Amino acid sequence: MSRWIIDHLWLIPAVPLAASLVILSLPNARHKSAATLAVAGQIAALVMSFFAFLPTLQLSGFRAVQNFTWFTFGDHALRLGWLLDPLAAVMLMMITLVGLCIFIFSTGYMAGDKNFVRFFAYLSFFSGAMLGLVISNSLLLLFICWELVGLASYLLIGFWIERPSAAAAAKKAFVTTRIGDMGFFLGLLWLYGRSGTLLFYDSGNGCLESAGLAMLGASVTFIALLIFCGAVGKSGQFPLHVWLPDAMEGPTPVSALIHAATMVAAGVFLVARVYPLFSLGAINGVTSSLTVVVWIGVTTALMAALIAIAQPDIKRILAYSTVSQLGLMMVSLGVGGVAAGMMHLLAHGFFKALLFLGAGSVIHGCHGEQDIRKMGGLRWLMPVTFSTYAIGMMALSGVPLFFSGGWTKEEILHVTAHWPASRLPYYILLAGVVLTALYMTRQIIYVFFGDRRAASQRAHESPPVMTMPLIALAICAILFSVVLTPAWPWLHDYLTGSPAHVEFARLIQPTLFLSLVLVGAGVALGIWMYRKAGMQDRQRPADTDPLEFAQPQLFRFLENKMWIDKLYARTIIAFSWTSARLSDWMDRHFWDRLVRGFGAVGQLFGMFTASVDERGINAGVDETTVGTRGLGRLMSAAHSGQIQTYLGVIAIGVLALLLFYAWLA
Amino acid sequence: MTPTLQIFLIVSTALFSVGLLAVLSRRHAIFILIGIEIMLAAANLNFIAFWRFSPPSQPPTGVMIAIFSIAIAAAEAAVGLALVITVYRHYRTTNVDHLDQLKG
Repeated sequence: MSRWIIDHLWLIPAVPLAASLVILSLPNARHKSAATLAVAGQIAALVMSFFAFLPTLQLSGFRAVQNFTWFTFGDHALRLGWLLDPLAAVMLMMITLVGLCIFIFSTGYMAGDKNFVRFFAYLSFFSGAMLGLVISNSLLLLFICWELVGLASYLLIGFWIERPSAAAAAKKAFVTTRIGDMGFFLGLLWLYGRSGTLLFYDSGNGCLESAGLAMLGASVTFIALLIFCGAVGKSGQFPLHVWLPDAMEGPTPVSALIHAATMVAAGVFLVARVYPLFSLGAINGVTSSLTVVVWIGVTTALMAALIAIAQPDIKRILAYSTVSQLGLMMVSLGVGGVAAGMMHLLAHGFFKALLFLGAGSVIHGCHGEQDIRKMGGLRWLMPVTFSTYAIGMMALSGVPLFFSGGWTKEEILHVTAHWPASRLPYYILLAGVVLTALYMTRQIIYVFFGDRRAASQRAHESPPVMTMPLIALAICAILFSVVLTPAWPWLHDYLTGSPAHVEFARLIQPTLFLSLVLVGAGVALGIWMYRKAGMQDRQRPADTDPLEFAQPQLFRFLENKMWIDKLYARTIIAFSWTSARLSDWMDRHFWDRLVRGFGAVGQLFGMFTASVDERGINAGVDETTVGTRGLGRLMSAAHSGQIQTYLGVIAIGVLALLLFYAWLA
Repeated sequence: MTPTLQIFLIVSTALFSVGLLAVLSRRHAIFILIGIEIMLAAANLNFIAFWRFSPPSQPPTGVMIAIFSIAIAAAEAAVGLALVITVYRHYRTTNVDHLDQLKG
């Protein structure tokens, strides 16, 4: 079975894609068959991924490659391929597992939607495109899937197309990620120009293998940075992070799918996949491209964590938290901890999907309300949602020992602390840990503690079809930590291709205590700051955030996303708006007139030739035909058919010839 | 009166004119065929006459050509009569004035 799957790796993305096409052709009322098909496709992909995952366990550094020729032009053949290695295998497992939970959750969450069928078609499409992305063995194939993921995210974010804000968010997401993709594509072309191949591994000739890398020379830094542009766009890194919080306009399962397991993970995955391009020529583990990755990641992590503190929307807090966590992963990749970054990506996939689905459950229970200031006291009304959400919150905040996020964050802090270039990223990440604990505590307090406010008066627990995926993901978020602990860093060894080893001594590390203290400090600070949130406290009105009351200037700054969206609106968007206006004016008043002038000249010329035709040529042709016809009539009269007339004429002719001859003689 | 070439030529010319007149004026197809035969006879008469009045050492070419001509005329008469019969069967007439299918 495993052998067969490795030979037919393309089936894993193909099954959800095929399911999506079939669902798309279903009539609008066939809710049940659409959901069944989508879930079945996802289960099939999960089973196949599992069987593809098995052989990678047996052999450390396992790598199965299947290349094929797409088309040939001249002497060159453009080759694509599929690749299965530990990196792809764990991504397959994570995407299909989290995807399945989200699909099942969606059957409950979207139950009342009139475009239920379309939704599941898009979800399947998204899942298929993402699965294709992780098993691509060619940068071009990866790019194709990358764009398909972009298209699917556009369709899903703008799913509630009748809301103008959703349509705008979808457009924003698409255009913003396109800016990054432009860089990615240029990098791809440059890479192809230098190395002549886009295959990652091609028995020694791939662009990530020593022979291919040797051909790149000094341009490798630029190629890596251009490819990183794509990752910045997709993974919501500063300065292209603006689309990600707006993408919350989509249905909540979409947010879970896009922001936890799939789309935003693609950027981090891409950097991990083409890591040899980044690390080529590293001195002491530092290259200029990796340094850029680190600083972009650090900026993003800190900035997004700060913004998250002042957001009122339950999903936007999670969105900024995602941006911040992705920044964390980028830092980890940049300082050389590829395995640590990928571990955090996987752990994050589970607990962030859990948090988003939990938020979906809350929103569902509160009849569509998303403002956390209007919730409160939900812990008794929604016990399952509350307990699973709390697990997700602790995993995200990085509470050590029992939660997967704690171990991976630990690992990242560990590698960042040993980065030779600078210690600053380490300290900023430590601050980020405190901030993460703080904003998650704020959110939990607002949503689940305190008095019931407007939206939570008639709140109810969600149906089992929605709570079961929550429980499953919560169990994943906890159990996943088994393979992450430093005592038995199975996943780390699996990803780096070294045999697993047990070492209990590594369990006790100074950073463990440090992060315990920091998380504790963050939670304590959160509880102290927000213990009376949503209530009247001294002079503070009930609907004012405690931070807003204490530091209104700072709060405004953070609430408005550090004015970055405004800044873009004032500069880039204003510029393109002005140039569009200018082009419009040029079109209307200059080019239009020019074209019309040319048109008039053509018209005049046409009129002239028409009259020449009418008067001169037509008349001449008419005359000729009339003359020919008259002549024909005359000639046909001679053809009487009377044989004797003919003979008589011949006789006269002969006589005339004779006479002529006689006269000559 | 000794026969001279002129007498023969006059006779043959008369014969030819009679034949031509018959071809041009008669309406019945068989008479036209007869006219053609008369014109052929005039031509044969010319051949023999020119041979008779040529130097005596000549081989009898005129007679030979006349005999060939008569044989061919016989074949031609057979074909011509067959045509006339076919035409009659088809059009129920042998009047050449009515046979004007070649009219342009």
